[in-house]
Amino acid sequence: MTKVLYEKSRGLTDTPLTYCPGCSHGIIHKLVAESLVELGLLENTITVASVGCSVLAYDFFNCDGIQAAHGRAPAVAVGIKRTNPDKIVFTYQGDGDLASIGTAEIIHAAHRGDNITVIFVNNAIYGMTGGQMAPTTLVGQKTSTSPLGRMENLQGRPLLVSEMLSTIPSATYIERTSVHDVPHIRKAKKAIKKAFQNQAENKGFSLVEVLAACPIGWGQTPVDAAKFVADEMASYYPLGLYKDEGVAK
Amino acid sequence: MKTLMKGNEAICAAAIQAGCRAFFGYPITPQNEIPEYMSYHMERAGGTFIQAESEVSAINMVFGAAATGVRAMTSSSSPGMALKQEGISYMVGADLPGLIVNISRSGPGLGGILPSQSDYFQATRGGGNGDYFTPVYAPSGVQEATDLTQIAFNTAEKYRTPVILLADGILGQMMEPVEIKEHPRIEADKSWVVDGRADERSRNTISSLDLSGEGLERLNLKRMERYQEIIKNEIMVERQVEEGDEVVIAAYGLAARIAVNAMEELKAEGINVGLIRPITLWPFPELAFQNLPKSVKHILVAELSMGQMIEDVRRSVAGSHPIHFYGRCGGMVFEPSEITEKVRQIVKGEG
Repeated sequence: MTKVLYEKSRGLTDTPLTYCPGCSHGIIHKLVAESLVELGLLENTITVASVGCSVLAYDFFNCDGIQAAHGRAPAVAVGIKRTNPDKIVFTYQGDGDLASIGTAEIIHAAHRGDNITVIFVNNAIYGMTGGQMAPTTLVGQKTSTSPLGRMENLQGRPLLVSEMLSTIPSATYIERTSVHDVPHIRKAKKAIKKAFQNQAENKGFSLVEVLAACPIGWGQTPVDAAKFVADEMASYYPLGLYKDEGVAK
Repeated sequence: MKTLMKGNEAICAAAIQAGCRAFFGYPITPQNEIPEYMSYHMERAGGTFIQAESEVSAINMVFGAAATGVRAMTSSSSPGMALKQEGISYMVGADLPGLIVNISRSGPGLGGILPSQSDYFQATRGGGNGDYFTPVYAPSGVQEATDLTQIAFNTAEKYRTPVILLADGILGQMMEPVEIKEHPRIEADKSWVVDGRADERSRNTISSLDLSGEGLERLNLKRMERYQEIIKNEIMVERQVEEGDEVVIAAYGLAARIAVNAMEELKAEGINVGLIRPITLWPFPELAFQNLPKSVKHILVAELSMGQMIEDVRRSVAGSHPIHFYGRCGGMVFEPSEITEKVRQIVKGEG
């Protein structure tokens, strides 16, 4: 007798993913989809996709979805959530989108304590446009717009988004995770699930930063890219819980 | 019953009557009474009010709320309108309805807070990136501003497009007796909304993205068909032109109101002057400029700008009459006497 050992989460559609081999987006999508299904929230959820590699996320999550302008996903999510407070609304944003062009929108969604969930994928590069430098690119890291490596004296040190957002008084829950190996994927799942559970319990602004690999953008093999996340990124971007003040409002 | 209201506040009262239940805005003079009024009355009407962190965020909040089928609006003034263009273009690309009010001021740049009609091109030529138009309503008084606000929400939903109400600092700030009428709300199709009900129907998605040339061309052409319907059904114009009129003044909004005073003065002098006042700036009432009485020898375009609507008038007149222009800019507002003097010169062949 055959036994089903594993199947694709029904939180994902059958649309083929558009991501490169070794890219972390597929894993993170799976974690989001599983969390929504396990919490019984999927059908009443609205995905707000951003601009970047995950621009088509509204086609991948098996619920209502909308595509926002570059950096504006939190504002779009707030417009949806405030007029439909009983629905679950989340943004799925990369580091170019959230940490560069969309800094005002993410800071003020947190500042108002808007009851939304943010999945922030930090792979230290602009993947979609061909591997340009991001605010999160590590010092010394070569990209197509920092061909000699990011220079601290010219481009500054990378922006620490979770640390910054955790200083905002009305932000509820901020955690930085990674998906470079199985134990960390498990931890990331727990954090993502909590970020959705918080919203369901009306606890306010929740953000999970996920350190992610971009082997194509970095010019590395998937195995080396995962190692780069574990060794280089995680040492500059410390993993862990930055803020947890969940009180139902 | 009529009450004395500021233009900015009357627009809000009309919007709430029309079923608007979400307002997102940002402070900028001379439209501040709009977010101020909404911060109190929108909550009382059971709606949503947010003072956003920027004009950019405000229009994107409208984008989100409108996507769920809620009647939503924002307001601003000229420099803030420039910031909203990204979101307006995205709303068009996603076929989302909504109202954007521009209580315009003078520019370019930070310009000044005095009234101006210098945003005509921005309002009537799309304003953001891409191949599109938005319907533009231009009131010339407080009562008309309320009536057009209500009409604008229906137009927005009927054609699934953002709509612009273009007024100026004087119309926004002045008080007039106004009646907020009962305006019937159209029953628009809302099967497309993204409001998290995938358990009751198949899932919906909203996006302005289409990476295939064929697909995007098809979408744009479909939108063009809706534009043709808007042109056919929604043009509004006040045309007061009679046999015996020697000059016709083309003016909209505040400029038209001033022109009416000049016309009365000229009539007393024996110079008969007609008026064509576009109420919709897009679509432009081209036909109003055709079949003019034989007595009409000149057209004078009067604008509070260096001349923007004149291009649409020129296109509509198509060479049948000489076109003259009188304008003030930078926040300067012409007196009726300036218009009468210009008309006298035109009639004498010196204009």
